[in-house]
Amino acid sequence: MVASRSSSKAAPATTLPSGLDALLASKEMVLVCGSGGVGKTTVAAALGLAAAAEQGGRVLVLTVDPARRLADALGVSKIGNVATRVPDDALRSIGISPRGELWAAMLDTKAGWDELISRHAPDDKIRDSVLTNPLYQNITSRFVHSHDYLAMEQLHEVHSSGTYDLVIVDTPPSRNALDVLDAPSRMVDFFGSRLLRWLTVPYRSRLFNLASKPFNQIADRVLGSRFLQDIAEFFILFQAMEGGFVRRAREVEGLLGDPRTTFIVVTTLEASPAHEAGYLVRELAERQYFVGAVIANRVMPAALTSRAAAASATRLAAAAGDLELAAQVAGKLSRAKRGPRTVDAAVVDHVLARVAESFHDVALVATREAERRAELAAVAPQVVDIEAQPSDVHDLAGLLAIVAGMREPAD
Amino acid sequence: MTNQLLDKQLIFVTGKGGVGKTSVAAALAVLAAGAGKRTLVCEMDAKGALAVALDTSSLEFTPRLVQNNLEAMAMDTEHALREYLKLFVRVPLVGRLGPLARTFDFVADAAPGVKEILGVGKLAYEVRERHYDLVVVDAEASGHIVAQVAAPRVIGELIQVGMVRDQTRWMLDILEDPDRTGVVVVTAPEEMPVVETIELLDRFAADTQIHTAAIVANRVLPALFDRKESAVVASLDSAMQLLVDAAGPGVRDVVLAAQLTEARRVVGARHLERLRAAVAPGLPILYVPELFTRATGRRVVALVAEALGEELDVA
Repeated sequence: MVASRSSSKAAPATTLPSGLDALLASKEMVLVCGSGGVGKTTVAAALGLAAAAEQGGRVLVLTVDPARRLADALGVSKIGNVATRVPDDALRSIGISPRGELWAAMLDTKAGWDELISRHAPDDKIRDSVLTNPLYQNITSRFVHSHDYLAMEQLHEVHSSGTYDLVIVDTPPSRNALDVLDAPSRMVDFFGSRLLRWLTVPYRSRLFNLASKPFNQIADRVLGSRFLQDIAEFFILFQAMEGGFVRRAREVEGLLGDPRTTFIVVTTLEASPAHEAGYLVRELAERQYFVGAVIANRVMPAALTSRAAAASATRLAAAAGDLELAAQVAGKLSRAKRGPRTVDAAVVDHVLARVAESFHDVALVATREAERRAELAAVAPQVVDIEAQPSDVHDLAGLLAIVAGMREPAD
Repeated sequence: MTNQLLDKQLIFVTGKGGVGKTSVAAALAVLAAGAGKRTLVCEMDAKGALAVALDTSSLEFTPRLVQNNLEAMAMDTEHALREYLKLFVRVPLVGRLGPLARTFDFVADAAPGVKEILGVGKLAYEVRERHYDLVVVDAEASGHIVAQVAAPRVIGELIQVGMVRDQTRWMLDILEDPDRTGVVVVTAPEEMPVVETIELLDRFAADTQIHTAAIVANRVLPALFDRKESAVVASLDSAMQLLVDAAGPGVRDVVLAAQLTEARRVVGARHLERLRAAVAPGLPILYVPELFTRATGRRVVALVAEALGEELDVA
């Protein structure tokens, strides 16, 4: 990667590896999921950039919580669920002549809920009562995995609007990546639950209802009846919207298994994320959802596991200490255009010894990564590597470097 | 100064996903147990990572001895509710909690903090009853931790009467006492984990009265080269032919590996510098080196514990 970055004058490599390219070209919705900290948002944005550049059409990247500088680079703001177009000029400035349009939007949970309530409320009075209910904000920010549901809901919304040819969603950083997928059915269950019915039965008749008496007593003793009344008032309002919510949640759920939808699981090849990714791929398959690819982010170059490299490290370690090589290298480095001006042979010798010695540590990491990649390749139709970038990505050029760093590893 | 950490009674270990939160929680617990403290380690999110770290079968709500002085458990809201009802409401519930728990699940989802308070309440209860000298919590990741530990206060303010309200008082006495309870934030020398850590420290200060006890900077790459040597590493490409002649063509990858690692270390050092500048002067940062090992599970925990032990001055 250090070496390959010098090729900035050549046409930028916006081309995705062929398998990934075919996947994005054949689907309309892409759900990017994986455990926290693996770079989902960046990968989602990079895929969007490549698709807009190469495949044409309108591509939307819907992100949940991007790092601020990445959000700035994409030009998305946190206010409202408004999609903004990444200007062609910005793309041209990094050497891309896009065939399509790149759009970006950021999920705003609060605005999303307000929209949902406005859409499903049977009349203005109920809508306003809900929106001004003191528990409303507190509850919507937490309940039924609110973020997760809204991400799915927004996907449905933008897809059914027919505005975009491809929508790439970066799923929220859930405690469990599967929570996102369960969110719609939880919503349906919630409306059908005994609890909601119980809460919304007027308080007086509840007292005479023998069946609910034990629960009633316990709940009152534990939580206090006042609090339960507050919740009940809120849910009585909420229940008026049941029909719309349930229908919608079922549609959202249907979208996940739609043939036009693919999941892409992003992971690193460290032990715990890779383990979680394998689990995720199997669970998705279990639910009959289509997993088009696993993307292994921030991986070591595969060449580091080669026997030739290991053999060279051993030879280099042997050669270090014999100052002759160090002196030659020092001479060469002093004459090089770039680099240190005066180079001491003893310093070079020390460096070569350290380079040789530390190689085995790095190769060990690369070997472990190769093992985990093989495990994932056994359960996923394709695994694509993204080589580790020297620094974090927060602009379009960085996203481009990610696309350029994508490899289909040789088996 | 830092060895007071293990003298606390309740430690919440949090951090951005992927930074090694579970390994650090397990390592702190192993360290405490090794120092002779009766220790409980509890996983809150039931993902099973703690069991993997401890090389043991799935953990349950009932703590299980995993080594001398160390018991491990996994939080489970239904069991916590059952135990709570038995202990405090004296509701004789033998077995048939199913339907109630399911409905309760929805209340817990709907009402802010109910699920959290049951979990935190259970842990605070273990502390209050002095069943253990130290309870180490592999807590929620940084996105959810504030809601988790702030639950007793939120509930206390939201619920005006009832038993839960009364109980928030003794929980808060434990949680908000800096001598007894502390939060440990795990991070890594990368941009996002450092940014999130700084944000999390601010949120803890603004939204809770809970003391942050330490930061653990995990996976810190060792500095192999000084500044002058680092410049040599970066420029070795111009002497590549000499190196190939001496050590064979594979030497290109050997040099590349060193350059990649060094570049990562330099970037990481900058992020750590930023972290140091942002945290309050009294807040210790404990460094755990990147572990170049084939091992997983218990062995990794032992290595992390060793590194933390040195930082904490625990023999």
